[in-house]
Amino acid sequence: MYAFEFHRPTSLRQAASLLGKAEDGRLLAGGQSLLPMMKLRLASPGTVIDLGAVPGMTGIERKGRSLVIGAMTRHAEVETSPVVKEAIPALAHLVSVLGDPAVRNRGTIGGSLANNDPSADYPAACLALGATIVTNQRRIAADDFFQGVFTTALEEGEIIVKVVFPIPSRAGYEKFRHPASRFALAGVFVARRGGEIRVAVTGAGDSGVFRWHEAEEALKGRFAPKSLDGLTPSTEGMNSDIHADAAYRAHLVGVMARRAVERALRR
Amino acid sequence: MTTVTLTVNGQSVTQAIDPRTLLVQLLRENLRLTGTHVGCDTSQCGACVVHVNGVSVKSCTMLAAQCEGASVTTIEGIAQGGQLHPMQEAFREHHGLQCGYCTPGMIMSAIDIVNRKGTALDEETVRHELEGNICRCTGYHNIVKAVIAGAEAMAGGMRQAAE
Ligand SMILES: Cc1cc2nc3c(=O)[nH]c(=O)nc-3n(C[C@H](O)[C@H](O)[C@H](O)COP(=O)(O)OP(=O)(O)OC[C@H]3O[C@@H](n4cnc5c(N)ncnc54)[C@H](O)[C@@H]3O)c2cc1C
Ligand code: FES
Ligand code: FES
Repeated sequence: MYAFEFHRPTSLRQAASLLGKAEDGRLLAGGQSLLPMMKLRLASPGTVIDLGAVPGMTGIERKGRSLVIGAMTRHAEVETSPVVKEAIPALAHLVSVLGDPAVRNRGTIGGSLANNDPSADYPAACLALGATIVTNQRRIAADDFFQGVFTTALEEGEIIVKVVFPIPSRAGYEKFRHPASRFALAGVFVARRGGEIRVAVTGAGDSGVFRWHEAEEALKGRFAPKSLDGLTPSTEGMNSDIHADAAYRAHLVGVMARRAVERALRR
Repeated sequence: MTTVTLTVNGQSVTQAIDPRTLLVQLLRENLRLTGTHVGCDTSQCGACVVHVNGVSVKSCTMLAAQCEGASVTTIEGIAQGGQLHPMQEAFREHHGLQCGYCTPGMIMSAIDIVNRKGTALDEETVRHELEGNICRCTGYHNIVKAVIAGAEAMAGGMRQAAE
């Protein structure tokens, strides 16, 4: 890890101002992605701004027909929250299969979204649920937020403050985990709210999380696993690496999508 | 340099550190608490697990500077007055280790599991919850047995404490 200056601001305003002033500043949330990257020297910020002491950035709240989660809320809190289990059980399930307990005790939703790892779980939930990412400057729809592998709509100096999830009538998530890393080889989140059906796929696409429109159309007829029988996304645009080739990933997406619908119907 | 003040195994500690210092380095190199191990240094193996404010964390994946004001418990801090913690005793009794390298992390994770899931644990739960702890020797079988027995023994201890 290269040397850096360390700051621990005690307000959002102070954090933003430090981030604005630093030439090469990086926010630190749970550190479960950034610190490993810094050790590998894939990231080498000159200034690290720890959000750990900023008040008002954690918490889970139901507000009418939405679920609001603060950016610094740890994965473990989302996993065990009765509010989440009641409003969007699929989200609690998603977090329960993310990483391992020690990672979940540190990692945060804001860090996961800002990072936008192509195999991360939260981006699939945000995209399928049509979440809104609220920063210190504006509100960004999930459809506009994720812009490719490790790339988001966040501007320099922008800090995610909270995430707003509209509560669906049905939702389900299934992922095929890489047995060693526990990241998704393919993960599919399906959500239905009124007449709207959204299907988001993580881990499989070569440009990160994406919506699988064909499956959305197929599920509009009948929201049932059967509606997806025989359906697999095109191998074009699928990631291919030492862990799985494009054809295998495409196949997994089809299987995970059917299982996710099954899970959504189980509640 | 930056200064950090935290509590380690009940004692207040203030250290001037390079901001790069990982929690595990502060524990092992500055405080000479070498019970906490580094197996991978890439957040995978769990040999470095300690408790920070009562929950398990990988101390190789946390900056010491992030621990300002925090309370840290390491494997050295769980025995009481020369008596092993019930979870340590269970690992001894059930042969939950061979080389012992993963053991401190296993035990700290195991206590965290009991804190979250209670003292009546089944095998499936233990195996799922230990996903972040890797052992190259035992094949896990006796570790799982030890965790289930240690959890039961902790229930006894909690009953005693309550009486
Ligand atoms: C062993 C292991 C297994 C894992 N398995 C999985 C898995 O199965 N699925 C999965 O999805 N993830 C997994 N992760 C990643 C984990 O979820 C991370 O916690 C997450 O990706 C990053 O969150 P963080 O809070 O740790 O962020 P950090 O690592 O602190 O930061 C990540 C990035 O986000 C930026 N950032 C952080 N907070 C904000 C904010 N509020 N506003 C703007 N930018 C911000 C940082 O500057 C940095 O660039 C795993 C990690 C480990 C170590
Ligand atoms: S040394 Fe920390 S997880 Fe392996
Ligand atoms: S006992 Fe040797 S690594 Fe677990």
